Amino acid sequence: MDLFKIISDIEKVDPEVYDRFDTRRRVFKHISGMGKAVTAATLPGLLGTMFNKAYGQSSNLSTEIVQTLNLALQLEYLEYHYYDTGLKTSGLIPSADIPAITIIRDDELGHINALRAVLGSQAFSPNDPTRAAFDYTAGGKLPDPFANSANFYGTGQAFVDTGVRAYKGGAPSLMSNKAILTAALNIHSVEARHSSHLRLLRRGGVSATADVTNLNAKPKSWISGTDNGGPVPAVTAPVYGAGSDANHPAESNVTQANINVQTSSTAPTGLTITAAAASEAFDEPLDAAAVKAIARNFRSAVGATAGLFN
Amino acid sequence: MSNIIKPGEDEAGFTKPLYAPIKRRSFFMYAGATAGVTALALAGCNDDSDNNSPSTPGMVDLGSGDVGVLNYAYALEQLEAAFYAQVIATPYANMTADEKTYLTAIAKHEAIHRDFFKKAIDTAAAGKTIPGLTPDFSKINFTDRNSVLTTARTFEDLGVSAYNGAGKLIKDTNYLLIAGKIVSVEARHAAYIRDLISNGSFAADDIVDANGLDKANDVATVLTAAQPFIKETISGANVGK
Repeated sequence: MDLFKIISDIEKVDPEVYDRFDTRRRVFKHISGMGKAVTAATLPGLLGTMFNKAYGQSSNLSTEIVQTLNLALQLEYLEYHYYDTGLKTSGLIPSADIPAITIIRDDELGHINALRAVLGSQAFSPNDPTRAAFDYTAGGKLPDPFANSANFYGTGQAFVDTGVRAYKGGAPSLMSNKAILTAALNIHSVEARHSSHLRLLRRGGVSATADVTNLNAKPKSWISGTDNGGPVPAVTAPVYGAGSDANHPAESNVTQANINVQTSSTAPTGLTITAAAASEAFDEPLDAAAVKAIARNFRSAVGATAGLFN
Repeated sequence: MSNIIKPGEDEAGFTKPLYAPIKRRSFFMYAGATAGVTALALAGCNDDSDNNSPSTPGMVDLGSGDVGVLNYAYALEQLEAAFYAQVIATPYANMTADEKTYLTAIAKHEAIHRDFFKKAIDTAAAGKTIPGLTPDFSKINFTDRNSVLTTARTFEDLGVSAYNGAGKLIKDTNYLLIAGKIVSVEARHAAYIRDLISNGSFAADDIVDANGLDKANDVATVLTAAQPFIKETISGANVGK
């Protein structure tokens, strides 16, 4: 991890980042003053401290922002431990797929670090939830995801698609802080990239076509209709269904801003805009209550005691 | 001069080239007809040009505030829709059946996005919708898989970074949600296209940083990247302001 590169990257998103760190000169003074003590191991903590100062967490964050980011943080732990367990389960992931799953696992860890950095002492728990906080069979309702790669990718898809909907649903509550909103959007689109790849793996790779009569097992790279309820409808149907109110329709929705996007669109020559295509073109947000209801399926007794997804 | 464009004027005429497959010969006609005009337009372009009242030939001003953001998205979606319409009208050599299936699906998604924005802006701010833009795909070899897919990757990653960067400019919550609904679909496209080019590059280091964050680009950066593919000169100086 290159600290200067990271700050340079942040500068592209937030040109005032140096001002937030007091002044450019002082940033470099601080960093050089730390000298050899700055290592890959200490860098995340150091970054956290700097981000906290820069974006003024704690008392400056609204309750709304804290709640939204904390739900996101808990979802990231759910995902991180999932992929991490998968990678540590010998023989589970085909060797050709290990680099991709490693990228996903590492991205989730990056998201955890970024969210914790912003939340600081207001993170939902002072300690990282461990693997023991989660039950990835949803109390036995799902097949063991660590038994074979088909199960593993299926439940993984449900997690990332839940994450995409959760970040989308949370975005409006972050509007008062532009830097945090942008960071959340930058996480949101990465979750969608993950989903696209897991879906590709599930249907059999780059040379495979989805089965539109069995989107549960062989999905497209994007959500089509409600995807027949997802990998295991008994548990995953809410991932693609409607949220808690009328503002959070199911993924099959084709009405956007009062416009029917199926009937009002002109297809490329020789093609037809189907309801499926109209639903695929827009992903739908999910409200916090609906997200938590899905996620609570995956907390163990330990997780429940810790208050995960309450 | 035939290239004078005002918002809301001659919509059908200017959008037509984008809806229909564009023949190679047509590209050259466009290129020849507009080369001189573009030079003039650039010479007459100033930074403080007023929003929504483009009087300079060949210039399109996206406007200000949320309408500017919507026009910005509309411009990018027009570009993507026109590109994919051409991709499926003239498939590259050895396009596989499943590639055709999914590139066709993406073509539909982008057409839906384009038409949604036009209608949404017409409804929210009648008369402020930018006209249909004229694509310039002269540097793309539509018969070559690599040329098509690398251009698709550029457009999709650019689109993701544009929506991510525009989020903070949006004032109306509903528009922020709409942008969020679309950007994740663009990210799904981007990941698929990247995997077609090199399987496993869906979230590679060149696009997702060490903290697992995607890019967010500002309007000027995105328009600079998009401009070579659009005949008209796009001004986004007041988008979100």
